Amino acid sequence: MHARLELELRLLREMIRIRTAEQTIADLYPEGEMRTPTHFSIGQEAVAVGVCTALRRDDVVFSGHRCHAHYLAKGGDLGAMVAEFYGRETGCARGRGGSVHLNDPAAGFMASSAILGQTMATAVGSALAFKMDGLDRVAVTFFGDGAVEEGIFHECLNFAVVKRLPVLFVCENNGYSTHTRLEIRQPASVSIRSRAASYGLPSVRVDGNDVSAVFAAAQEAVDQSRQGHGPSFMECMTYRWREHVGPMWDYDKGYRAKAEVDEWIARCPIKRASERLIAEGVCSADDVERFERDSQDEVNRAVAAAKAAPFPAVEDLTVGTY
Amino acid sequence: MRSLRYWQAISEATVQCMEADPSIFVAGIGVDDFKGIFGTTAEAYRRFGSARVFDIPNCENAMTGIAIGAAAVGKRPLIVHPRNDFMFLSMDQIFNLAAKWRYMFGRNVGVPVVFRGIVGRGWGQGATHSQSLQAVFGHFPGLYVATPASPADAKGLMVSALRGTGPVVLLENRALYELEEVVPEEAVPIPFGKGKIVRPGKDITIVGISLMAYEAKRAAEILADHGVDAEVIDPRSVRPFDEAMLLESIKKTGRLVVADTSWAFCGFAAEVAAVAAEKGWEYLKAPVRRVTPPDCPAPVSRPLEEAFHPSPLTIAQACLDLCKTDSSIRRGVSDVQASFAGPY
Repeated sequence: MHARLELELRLLREMIRIRTAEQTIADLYPEGEMRTPTHFSIGQEAVAVGVCTALRRDDVVFSGHRCHAHYLAKGGDLGAMVAEFYGRETGCARGRGGSVHLNDPAAGFMASSAILGQTMATAVGSALAFKMDGLDRVAVTFFGDGAVEEGIFHECLNFAVVKRLPVLFVCENNGYSTHTRLEIRQPASVSIRSRAASYGLPSVRVDGNDVSAVFAAAQEAVDQSRQGHGPSFMECMTYRWREHVGPMWDYDKGYRAKAEVDEWIARCPIKRASERLIAEGVCSADDVERFERDSQDEVNRAVAAAKAAPFPAVEDLTVGTY
Repeated sequence: MRSLRYWQAISEATVQCMEADPSIFVAGIGVDDFKGIFGTTAEAYRRFGSARVFDIPNCENAMTGIAIGAAAVGKRPLIVHPRNDFMFLSMDQIFNLAAKWRYMFGRNVGVPVVFRGIVGRGWGQGATHSQSLQAVFGHFPGLYVATPASPADAKGLMVSALRGTGPVVLLENRALYELEEVVPEEAVPIPFGKGKIVRPGKDITIVGISLMAYEAKRAAEILADHGVDAEVIDPRSVRPFDEAMLLESIKKTGRLVVADTSWAFCGFAAEVAAVAAEKGWEYLKAPVRRVTPPDCPAPVSRPLEEAFHPSPLTIAQACLDLCKTDSSIRRGVSDVQASFAGPY
């Protein structure tokens, strides 16, 4: 098969895998066994998959509170993530971190954090280290449109540009910070992309529900960083389907209209990619169903293993502080 | 054996550790300028150049996270703040990420970052340049917090910081920078959590942190004139705190005065008093006394500023009160900062 088509299939399969994982977790969440606040990326998978597929395993990724998709797309261990949600010793943070503090350094997923903008700086720091050592590794930070209101956003762009660091800033603009619309929080006449661009780094706005477009933009940005040309910025326009935190739908809560949610569901990144690939004859509807089944099997195994795994021992409560 | 000043000891430890470990770099506002952070980074810059000692934009918050992110992939960043008051801007990253990294990410791997903050006072530096943040930093599990009060301790604690698993906050005191004493030529680490008996005594224990260890020693000299034999302890680390040394000392003396450069309320002195009350109650013959700045921001006007900071006189007077002697203090012991006129 042509390399491009193989890549397109890989992008689709990975989005399906992440969607299946998150939907399964959302379905199981009401059982009350996963006692950790979860922020789902359902509807936003194309950003995570498009960007992370453009990376090497030894590149590093940092993320914020909505981090499951980034973790999985970068190659983070699915079983360890699910076990973390269940608070088990086998979790990726051994039950000490929870949903917003995922990490799998072996896969290059270094850390995620619940504090807005915090991991922009850590990505810049890893990029600084790579540059100091003359390596061609790249660091990526994922954050939402809310985080660009923080002062650290400006500190980080300034630093990365001045020091010409191999870092890619990826803003997932889903239009809301918790329940507050973007235009209430930021000047409507100046896009996030153009604010970033004012620091003098290549900045693009892409359709964040078009996984191929995200991949292409990320690849260009990562390539130029690898070649020593410094940082880049991507603003990816996308949308969160579920509530800010938790597994439910929330279009009945008054801060956004069901019509708006439905409009974005119609632009589902997985539906778009699969329809296109089926139309182009790259794969069949049966193939897509098979991808879904395979993913479901994998997720079911992860859930079963997590539920069977032991909790951390209470005697170990303070172990690991130092 | 040769002597070094406090700032020279910091410089020497930095250079020796950087020679031994190429992953160490120094970053901060002005670390490479002609002043070199009161001389502490100048030699490192001269030896290692801008690749490993470099100036940064004004971004305390981001720089702290940048240090953490660099440490996560193998570096040992040493970040310098010419005044620790600016570290309020870096506290999200220090408390919410660096201090928690080892525990919260479940891998028993920490981030070996070291933050130097210099405590200022005197010459009317005022409310935002005269604070001591040891209690603030000391509150958070996962951090090491040390407050060297002598040149030898400054060197040894810096060596521990740059070789350890981190993260570390080192709070230096500007008033101690010209102090000179014998300092080992080799890079010998002083472990965190190990205090020092500055002066042995039998009648009363004075715990002095940072500059107050020095002031307490001077207070002990005054007390000797009044027939009171004071033992002076410098904990050297706020976190971990050397409880054993404290308890051993009050077991001997039965009386405790704690002198701190920062406020009493929710402060380090309160913590020491609490440890004494919880674990050393049976040793105590008198209530614990704290000698700290009064409960207001640091003023500028000279008479107010001189009244604000604890001194050997106020420490000694508290000890005499506790020992129930009739003595009162002779006047004339100058404040350690009285002759200080910069640079800042």
